[in-house]
Amino acid sequence: MPKPYTSSLDLTTGKVDLSHGGGGRAMAQLIDELFVRHFDNDLLRQRNDQALFTVPAGRLVISTDGHVISPLFFPGGDIGSLAVHGTVNDVAMSGARPLYLSAGFILEEGLPLADLEKIVASMAAAARKAGTPIVTGDTKVVERGKGDGVFITTTGVGLVPEGVNISGDRARPGCAILVSGSIGDHGVAIMAGRENLQFCTSIVSDSAALNGLVAEMVAAAPDAIRCLRDPTRGGLATALNELARQSGVGMVVDEARIPVKAEVKAACEILGLDPLYVANEGKLVCICAAVAAERLLAVMRQHPLGRNAAIIGEVIDDEHGFVQMTTAFGGRRIVDWPVGEQLPRIC
Amino acid sequence: MKYISEFRQQDLARQLAQAIGQTVDPGRHYRLMEFCGGHTHAIFRYGVQDLMPANVEFIHGPGCPVCVLPTGRIDNAIQLAARHDVILCSYADLMRVPATGRDSLLKAKAGGCDIRMIYSTQDALKIARENPSRSVVFFAIGFETTTPPTAVAIKQAQAERLANFSVFCNHVLTPAAMRAILDAPQPVAIDAFLGPSHVSTIIGSQAYEPFADHYAKPIVIAGFEPLDVMQSALMLIRQINEGRHEVENEYSRAVTRQGNLKAQALVQDVFELRPQFEWRGLGLIPDSALKLKADYADFDAEQRFSLPAIQASDVKGCECPAILRGAKKPQDCRLLGTVCTPENPMGSCMVSSEGACAAYWSYGRLRGKCRVTLR
Amino acid sequence: MCLALPAQVITINPDTAMATVSVNNVKVEVSLALVDDVGVGDYVLVHVGYALNKIDEDEAMKTLALFAEAGLSSSP
Repeated sequence: MPKPYTSSLDLTTGKVDLSHGGGGRAMAQLIDELFVRHFDNDLLRQRNDQALFTVPAGRLVISTDGHVISPLFFPGGDIGSLAVHGTVNDVAMSGARPLYLSAGFILEEGLPLADLEKIVASMAAAARKAGTPIVTGDTKVVERGKGDGVFITTTGVGLVPEGVNISGDRARPGCAILVSGSIGDHGVAIMAGRENLQFCTSIVSDSAALNGLVAEMVAAAPDAIRCLRDPTRGGLATALNELARQSGVGMVVDEARIPVKAEVKAACEILGLDPLYVANEGKLVCICAAVAAERLLAVMRQHPLGRNAAIIGEVIDDEHGFVQMTTAFGGRRIVDWPVGEQLPRIC
Repeated sequence: MKYISEFRQQDLARQLAQAIGQTVDPGRHYRLMEFCGGHTHAIFRYGVQDLMPANVEFIHGPGCPVCVLPTGRIDNAIQLAARHDVILCSYADLMRVPATGRDSLLKAKAGGCDIRMIYSTQDALKIARENPSRSVVFFAIGFETTTPPTAVAIKQAQAERLANFSVFCNHVLTPAAMRAILDAPQPVAIDAFLGPSHVSTIIGSQAYEPFADHYAKPIVIAGFEPLDVMQSALMLIRQINEGRHEVENEYSRAVTRQGNLKAQALVQDVFELRPQFEWRGLGLIPDSALKLKADYADFDAEQRFSLPAIQASDVKGCECPAILRGAKKPQDCRLLGTVCTPENPMGSCMVSSEGACAAYWSYGRLRGKCRVTLR
Repeated sequence: MCLALPAQVITINPDTAMATVSVNNVKVEVSLALVDDVGVGDYVLVHVGYALNKIDEDEAMKTLALFAEAGLSSSP
């Protein structure tokens, strides 16, 4: 059979150009030699505009996420692995087993193909590790200056096991609040990479797929888990406030029990930020019936992604819906919603 | 974190709380003004009030340079940024402060103005070096802590002949503000002051001695950590009980009597007093702010660009002026929580992270709504 | 007032009067233009990218002792 393309993609020095989004041969080659090659699964290899699969009877979950992170590469990950983890996690937060992912790429003219390949390879590795193949996708190219290198939108579908009912409105007074590990790692790792802040740290992003951890938790206590949420943008504070609002309850957490790495604390001190508001990409918050808290904690700590899990507080009855915190100093304050993006302060 | 964590220890906090409880005269009400916005922030963030007896009240002072900056000056900064040839460099604290017409630096940036958030004046110099064809203006604010870094940048710009660099200067002085509060026609009842931590590292504890003498008020220069705040409160309470009015230095690990002479000399070299300056909430105060000396006129943005003096008025019902003077509390403002929230700030007390309203809203508004019971 | 943080001096560049300082292994570059006699290992107060002052270790210890003392002298 004749070769489909006269010469292979120049993945070393080549750049994305408008023809790669044109729908013609150049685009087909990009898809074949980059996306299909790395994502490598039967559904994708069919090369249809859609992926056809049978779903077992049950409740399906679908979730979508746009990823616009800058820088594209950061300590502990890149936009590709982040895109996979982000959507896998959103699906997993319903208690569902993620099945498949789709990925839409908006590429900026001029993006080095070498960078794109790194991102795609990273996505493929993340998808493999999470057990969720990327089965369909789309590629568009925008003119130079109209994109930040690459934007990626991922959508995921998952299947919720029988008897599992996890939703943000199910927290009740008396429930325990758990967190799967240290907070603020991802945000600090990203900020360290931003040129205008210029600080050096060994902190890496915690970007990870949590579906394995969720599966173990659900297996251990299927009825007791009421809420799961991954505290991404806006940090732990936002996740707690969201859950409190959805459920119409209040919360009290204990600052001393919230795990924060010493370096993350230090970086936040330097910038005048509060770790509670800093993004995480590999952590979850779990609200469960009090009786199951210790059991769930033990299960989480057995898992590599839950080694530093902790019980941090409890849900209470509160008409105001405040998330209160006993400070490590011994006083009390509320943990409010964040205002816009957290900005470093001098005062 | 060394010199940080040790000053936040809970068991020491409880001991200090006990000591304060035993030192206060149950028949008295103690009104302590924490002058500095950083202290206001710390008090709310750590919940220090919960550890204090009910008859000790913290009154929030105007030591928040963002809060006391008149709206007209933000308007001027936006005007500068709107020029094609200007890159405006600003500390992040100023980005969300409301200007006239609900504008702000952040909104102006979204509208296409070249506004860069910086962390240090060194960053502004770097931007100036990298953009020789543009005018780089540094929006300078701050009390005496933040003024020396601006002085360093101006001297460096002069040495490097960085002709495209200039400073829009809004540096203000602490003693003048304290005087304005104490001399106010209807003075707020204040028994004693917690002096600012880092302003004092620069100006030294001696700068406060005239106040303690003339106004007969105890002053304790307090460190930045919550234990420092409590220890300083204890020292003030003792002074009040004993009828003393001295300057004491609790922050002795960073503050000396003379302060940082090198920094003071640099500031003296570059800046001089403005005859008067408008302070939001306190009105016109003589000898309270700085401008660049004639020798450095080339780097003075107000001379390089014509900036009209803009008289902006406060939003009706906004109590920032009274709150900044310590005459009212955030809870006394009708706008708080109704129209004025951090997402939609009506005045700078809400938008600055050190502003009393922002601190109260973000950390403390459970007070009066929920019973605060400590375990 | 302003946010200033104690950090330890790790390296000094005498030509540029800049230093690398560290808080719990997080490192930033700061200017030493406002201080004299700062050596590697010293702790300085850092504000907007400048070292403002050296932290006096003895005074820090004394202050901590004061806090503890308050507790002792007040217990019945």
